[in-house]
Amino acid sequence: MQDRSLLEMRGINKSFPGVMALRNVDFTLREGEIHALMGENGAGKSTLIKVLTGVHIKDSGDIFIKGHNVPVHIHSPQEAQNLGISTVYQEISLCPNLSVAENIFIGRGKGATVNWREMNRKADELLSSLDIGVKANQQLASCSIAVQQMVAIARAVDMECSVLILDEPTSSLDESEVAKLFKLMRDLKARGVGIIFVTHFLDQVYEVCDRITVLRDGQLVGEYEIEKLPRVQLVSKMLGKELDDMADIKNDSPSFNETKNEIVYEAENLCSSEGIKPFNFRIRKGEVNGFTGLLGSGRSECVRAIFGADKVTSGTVWVDGKQVNISKPIDAMKNGIAYLAEDRKRDGIVGDLSVRDNIILALQVKKGFFRPFSKAQATKFADEYIKLLDIKTASVNTPIKSLSGGNQQKVILGRWLLTHPKYLILDEPTRGIDVGTKVDIQKLVLKLASEGMSITFISSETDEMLRTCSRLLVMRDRKLVGELKGDQLTQNTIMNTIAGGEQN
Amino acid sequence: MSQKYLTADKSRRSLLGSLSDTNLLMSITIIVFFAMYLFAVFALGSGFQKAQTFFNILNANAALIILSCGMTLVMITGGIDISVGGMAALVSMCSAVYLDMHSGSVIGAMLISLGIGLAFGLVQGYLIAYLDIQPFIVTLAGMFFARGMTTIVNTKPFNVQNEAFVKLKETRIIIPGLGSYNKRGEYIDAYIEIGVIVALIVVAALFVFLKWTKTGRNFYAVGGNKQSALMLGINVKRTTFLAYLMCGILGGIGGFVYFMHVGSGSATHAAGAEMNAIASSIIGGTMLTGGVGNIIGTLFGVLSLALIQNIVSSIGLDQAWWTGITNASMLCIFLIVQSVIIARRKKANLSSSRPAEVKGAKK
Amino acid sequence: MNSASKSNTSSSIISAMFRNQIFIPLAALLILAVFNLIMDPSFFKVTLGHNSNGDPILSGNIISIIDCGSELAILAIGMTLVTAASRGQDISVGAAIAIGGSVVLRVLCGTNSRPDEIQAPIIVAFLVCCLVTMACGAFNGILVSIFKIQPMVATLILFTAGRSIAAWINNNELPEVRDATFSYFGGLIPGIPIPTPFFIAIACFILIFLVLKFTTLGLYVQSVGINEQTSRLNGLNPAFIKFITYVILGLCVAVASLIKVSRLGSINYSVIAKDIEMDAILAVALGGNALGGGKFNISASILGAYVIQFLTTTLYKFQVQSDALPAYKAVVVIALVVLSAPIVREKIASLFKKFRPQGAELKS
Repeated sequence: MQDRSLLEMRGINKSFPGVMALRNVDFTLREGEIHALMGENGAGKSTLIKVLTGVHIKDSGDIFIKGHNVPVHIHSPQEAQNLGISTVYQEISLCPNLSVAENIFIGRGKGATVNWREMNRKADELLSSLDIGVKANQQLASCSIAVQQMVAIARAVDMECSVLILDEPTSSLDESEVAKLFKLMRDLKARGVGIIFVTHFLDQVYEVCDRITVLRDGQLVGEYEIEKLPRVQLVSKMLGKELDDMADIKNDSPSFNETKNEIVYEAENLCSSEGIKPFNFRIRKGEVNGFTGLLGSGRSECVRAIFGADKVTSGTVWVDGKQVNISKPIDAMKNGIAYLAEDRKRDGIVGDLSVRDNIILALQVKKGFFRPFSKAQATKFADEYIKLLDIKTASVNTPIKSLSGGNQQKVILGRWLLTHPKYLILDEPTRGIDVGTKVDIQKLVLKLASEGMSITFISSETDEMLRTCSRLLVMRDRKLVGELKGDQLTQNTIMNTIAGGEQN
Repeated sequence: MSQKYLTADKSRRSLLGSLSDTNLLMSITIIVFFAMYLFAVFALGSGFQKAQTFFNILNANAALIILSCGMTLVMITGGIDISVGGMAALVSMCSAVYLDMHSGSVIGAMLISLGIGLAFGLVQGYLIAYLDIQPFIVTLAGMFFARGMTTIVNTKPFNVQNEAFVKLKETRIIIPGLGSYNKRGEYIDAYIEIGVIVALIVVAALFVFLKWTKTGRNFYAVGGNKQSALMLGINVKRTTFLAYLMCGILGGIGGFVYFMHVGSGSATHAAGAEMNAIASSIIGGTMLTGGVGNIIGTLFGVLSLALIQNIVSSIGLDQAWWTGITNASMLCIFLIVQSVIIARRKKANLSSSRPAEVKGAKK
Repeated sequence: MNSASKSNTSSSIISAMFRNQIFIPLAALLILAVFNLIMDPSFFKVTLGHNSNGDPILSGNIISIIDCGSELAILAIGMTLVTAASRGQDISVGAAIAIGGSVVLRVLCGTNSRPDEIQAPIIVAFLVCCLVTMACGAFNGILVSIFKIQPMVATLILFTAGRSIAAWINNNELPEVRDATFSYFGGLIPGIPIPTPFFIAIACFILIFLVLKFTTLGLYVQSVGINEQTSRLNGLNPAFIKFITYVILGLCVAVASLIKVSRLGSINYSVIAKDIEMDAILAVALGGNALGGGKFNISASILGAYVIQFLTTTLYKFQVQSDALPAYKAVVVIALVVLSAPIVREKIASLFKKFRPQGAELKS
């Protein structure tokens, strides 16, 4: 272990059923540095942090902590706390029913009793020193999400920790609160605390961090000093494309005549309850377009609003030129829209049901309660799509949960194709599946479009988008910030637009 | 954000937001209780003006108070225990059989009661906390096991004749100065039974436990959000286990207090006590979803239920079925109130604007 | 599929059998049957006799099982659907039966509590009963689906109030119906030696299978129970589907209450259908249906209900008192849920994994 290291993780492996979440990852944190941990969704950042904080137990690898001669084993968050590692999680991990002071002090310290006056006094001191505008005896649930996040930070800071982990703490904070947080981080840094900072906001990384570690697909890409890694390079490392390679990629995006075909779907000032800015959107027959942007930029929320998956709060929608009202998924389905959701496990598969039932589900719902498909008919449909999409399953009766991720995704895709949609929305259809299937899906998208289907395609992998889309809508901070088409469709322009319009 | 929105937000917050969920729900109950009692005293007259009427409510419900306290503990952690009524019946029957058929001592009977409660607590707690089985199923089975065992221990109901026990049962603690005159003009002292003292001690002890010990606060944390509690460094499984263990022991104590009140063993004893305990806890402001609740509230929950039954019967609706219907309506109303409060709080938190809130909090 | 079944070895046939849901209740039935066969083969004796009216009647333990198990089996249908969709159970069915039975008698008796003739056609009484019990189901359904109260707690309200409401409907009187036709439903139709409840149960089974065949109820219920979020994104309305299952259970309760009151021609509010909720839940669990919702198999639940009746009859035969029965059943329930708990299953699976390689080595 090096002298200045607070924490070293060596060769960490962690797998979940079916997925290798971390593969031989190294990570080093030094005294008095702010270290950004970067990577796209599924890169393994959260898993790495949860291994460090004892929420997940690592499969193999060693964790060294300053002051301990042998590798430490962390089995629970309590043990991590005792080792001087304190954490602020992405989702607020506090108890909403307790007071602010209790949330700061529960699960800590010795003794069996609670001294409320002392606790409230200490909490009030802490809160005012951090300039957080709540009273210690207020119930946490009555505070805004931002204040709750600040309370979580206050708790972590107060723990006399040597390592502080901030897992996307800023997503719910406004600018002044972020400034407060950064000041705090710099103070702690001056005291020699090592901070691991996870965020999707590139500006923030370049504002406070000293060093960046990039993960991709559960593997370490590299550790860089901040001055030596310009913004565009960082994006390219996160997305897995070297800048030099990018120049070589031929722009073979399909040519699509903007004006020739009629508009299938159009929305004006569409907005949902999930906090995106109202946006305008339209798609023509046979067009493939896409939403791009980093995770959390609001690209999924946009398509969810189109499908009526979230509560739609405003906007006017036309399908085939007729104004329609889409407030819940069934409305969208009846208008010939299909939506393959981002989170396959939560929003896609019905785990215990057979492949056959999963394929016919959407069409069945569309057809109606009193007109069920016969088993023979359902099997015929299922077999058709199993063949068409080359789904590898033992039989149509196999529960979908026992299929591999890629095949599950094909089943869901089959489900929506079976409804013969005019307009198909694919949100991250290629995430977490093998390369072969990825290519299959991209080919299928182009084929469907050539047959006249309109498709919106979202992917974290830019080259996939370039290969399939003729028009890209760029999202940043939950706002539609740009539209790229034709010659603009290159890796470099996309990255620059995502990164905030700055050239390297 | 417009100025209008700001002020509207602020006023709602000062009403609802200044109270924590626990205190809000508990205050409602206490207010309802006193309002009902005042109504009874002024509108229904004579009976309710005597202090003994109130003490009788306590005497008759001492056991239920103890059982409800246990229920409140597990409900705060987000669970439920419906075996308490069955436990009380089993405890009464075992104690009765031990005292009369084996001519045992009162102390022995108490130990047996505690032992039964402990056994239930250990088994149910283990199954729920460490094997992660639904609490309702486990304790439903516990309830049926207890009821069945009661019959197996002894089929016929009987009154206990054991002298030492009868003496204990009939001990009355006189409350000076609160007595009343009967029709013939004789002064009758107001009294409470020993069970009431036990119940009040339990209430006081648990109040202190929940308010001022770390373990007690951990109960709230686990009920508030299991995942968060884990992240905050709390041993969730042990805390859950402890809640059921304590509930089991309280079931044993409550069973014995019940036995002291009725002085007999029967398989039909304490029928529906678990439902009354749950209803009392809910009425007292314990939230089914966990994390919210208070022992004092539970005490008033029990008293409110008993009081409303007294009122209902004294205004002439004395048929047996009114008890069930009133209990259920009270339960239903409070459940829906809770559900609505939760929904509104959630909405308020989602829609409230950040600046408005920070200002509201700072003022 | 075909090629797979052809290449099946005997071991994989057995493992497929193990995996089939119906295996659990079948195995339980077999164990009980063999146990009785060893203890006392006369358990299975069925005799043909004549009752006081001279009508033929079959009697014996088996007949009593298919007779008395009917209500339970009918309830198991509804309970299975409720469990699958709402991931919880309805504990108010016993109380709801009391209400339903009370309504039937009230309508039949009119104002007089012991009329010589029934005051309304039986069909009217039954329809009113259906309406009332379905309203009970709807009440539970609304609490569960709209107010999002846990099913068991929501149904606690009716559980507490049900028997009181039942008593209130008849002013706590004990009405008695002495009508021959009315007694057919819980007894015998002259000339047919097999008890009528069995036929009613069969009719209910056929009805639910037709419903499952000619509507998409089964798919919707399972889909909602397994993944509410996905179901919503596929155009379903999860709250409404949960609600519907409670109403269906209400209908099952109506049929069960008709049979119950027809058996006696009268009602005892505190005893009628006592603890039947426990048995119905147990039937669902015994049928291999996850109590946490999701996939269901109604035939397995129905078989489970008869297994429980079999167990009850067996216990009675061994002089176990009716009040002590719950203790034995509770043990069965705990054993079942412990064995089906994911944590326990994982432990067992890892134990097997540990032993398997050693076993292979031994063989080689």
